[in-house]
Amino acid sequence: MGKTVAEKIFSGKCGKEFRAGEVVMAPVDGAMIHDITGPLAINVFKEMGGKKVFDPKKIIMLFDHQIPADSIAAAENHVMMRNFAKEQDIFNYDLKEGVCHQVVPEKGRVKPGDIVVGSDSHTCAYGALGAFSTGIGSTDMAFVLKFGALYFRIPESIKVEVSGSFQRRVGPKDLILGLAGDIGADGATYKCLEFCGQTFAEMDMSGRMTCSNMAIEMGAKAGIVPPDRVTWEYLKNRCETEPFLLNADEDAVYFEKRSCNISSLEPKIAVPHNVDNVVDVSEVAGRKVDQVFIGSCTNGRYEDFKEAAEVLGNDKFSNDVRVIIVPASKDEYLKCLKGGLIELFVEAGALVEAPCCGPCMGGMFGLLAPGEVSLSTSNRNFRGRQGSTEAEVYLSSPATAAASAITGVITDPREV
Amino acid sequence: MRVWKFGDDIDTDAIIPGRFLTIYDPKELSRHAFEGTRNDFANEAKTGDIIVAGRNFGCGSSREHAPLALKGAGIGFVVAKSFARIFYRNAINTGVLPIVCPETDVIRDGDSISVNLKEGVITAGDKKLLIEPVPEFMQKIVDSGGLVNYAKEMEEVSVCTK
Repeated sequence: MGKTVAEKIFSGKCGKEFRAGEVVMAPVDGAMIHDITGPLAINVFKEMGGKKVFDPKKIIMLFDHQIPADSIAAAENHVMMRNFAKEQDIFNYDLKEGVCHQVVPEKGRVKPGDIVVGSDSHTCAYGALGAFSTGIGSTDMAFVLKFGALYFRIPESIKVEVSGSFQRRVGPKDLILGLAGDIGADGATYKCLEFCGQTFAEMDMSGRMTCSNMAIEMGAKAGIVPPDRVTWEYLKNRCETEPFLLNADEDAVYFEKRSCNISSLEPKIAVPHNVDNVVDVSEVAGRKVDQVFIGSCTNGRYEDFKEAAEVLGNDKFSNDVRVIIVPASKDEYLKCLKGGLIELFVEAGALVEAPCCGPCMGGMFGLLAPGEVSLSTSNRNFRGRQGSTEAEVYLSSPATAAASAITGVITDPREV
Repeated sequence: MRVWKFGDDIDTDAIIPGRFLTIYDPKELSRHAFEGTRNDFANEAKTGDIIVAGRNFGCGSSREHAPLALKGAGIGFVVAKSFARIFYRNAINTGVLPIVCPETDVIRDGDSISVNLKEGVITAGDKKLLIEPVPEFMQKIVDSGGLVNYAKEMEEVSVCTK
């Protein structure tokens, strides 16, 4: 009986044949902590009697949610983490590089076949590189910091086979929003989404990261794109590793198999207040927006801003909309800067902020007043996520966000 | 024990909004639990009260502040039809027991219920509702009083490796 990609990764790492449903204490290749959940993990590590972390080289530390510190409490958390990094000899990217889920792959800290954990739910993003990566809480992270391993229940997999090519101004975000709408917010709970098919084979790493990132929005533990030429191309100048194939076996056993063709996929939008409330953009076109946020670990890469810039063209953003642009990392920021995109956005009336999570979590800036509407390229539209619980958050692709920022109302990007 | 009844897809942003995540003390976190979505909770929840919900409780963020805020409010059990994966583990690790019960629809806000883990039943008025057992490997953690206690005395874990 064949194996899924998730079963292969756990069996390979553990040197024993494992199947979905089995519980295993597995070693981790990487553990990421940031400024929100890191301090709690460090405190619990000490409560657990932790003295030295298992391997400082495998721990990735950075600050991205509240940077530069937006409160004295945040500043104190940063100091505490900096001190821990020095004491434990952990390299700390601090607040200089950007959002965790962009920085970890960018710096070559994750490779195909790895088991990676992060104390952030969107850690499933690294599945785009063919790793088994998943979000955990701070106490589980404390256990990892101490022992370099964690209990995992090896998940059953849902095979998602996607074929066809995107229409103009329709892209990976529309695909993953559509899937979230179909599968539902808990339709993949505790499962691994295994993405495959022609569409994924042709998709660039940026699009794959967008899709893997949102696996958690269906409840999934991981969202994996098996490594291929695109993966190895992305990694070749980032880390030392030899290419290998990691595909599921033909006769692998799946919890479910889904397939779709995206050739006629419409631009999608998640309407308040759940990520799986997904409709075609045309159904809500014309609704007024007060703020548009383009950025986050879901859609804060150069490719996303290039798409937005193409929609913008020589237009300006509406005077009635606050447009907030936040590249996901220093590298992505510089690519946008050198490519002339930053100048274009600023000239068009946007605020461009330094790499960070921005309004995604409603932690530091870009908060909404009661009654206001935000359109965001991030991954969650929960009530109160970006400020007032009486505000509304819609989620879309960068193209739809840019089109709506120009007109001031939700707009199908194909019509701009 | 008084029931605080919630619906489906209660997310971690609702349990504890992002702006309070610089706080780590459970008691202090509990003052902001469900702020903006159910303001009576923080003021009125008492030790021993129980949260009862529908499907997918705790979806969203990995923030452990969510079960900690409930713990700080004195909540010992969350009973739901199903839980989001990360919240489920975080709840076990922090000592708020997540209980899966398919029949939460019959329980209403303000009801008085009791949970009997040994017998695997919830008593709600004259009804007895069956609850699913906690998975075996999780039970070990629960029995030791949470993951911190479980891990405290251990010097190393036995890991399968090549």
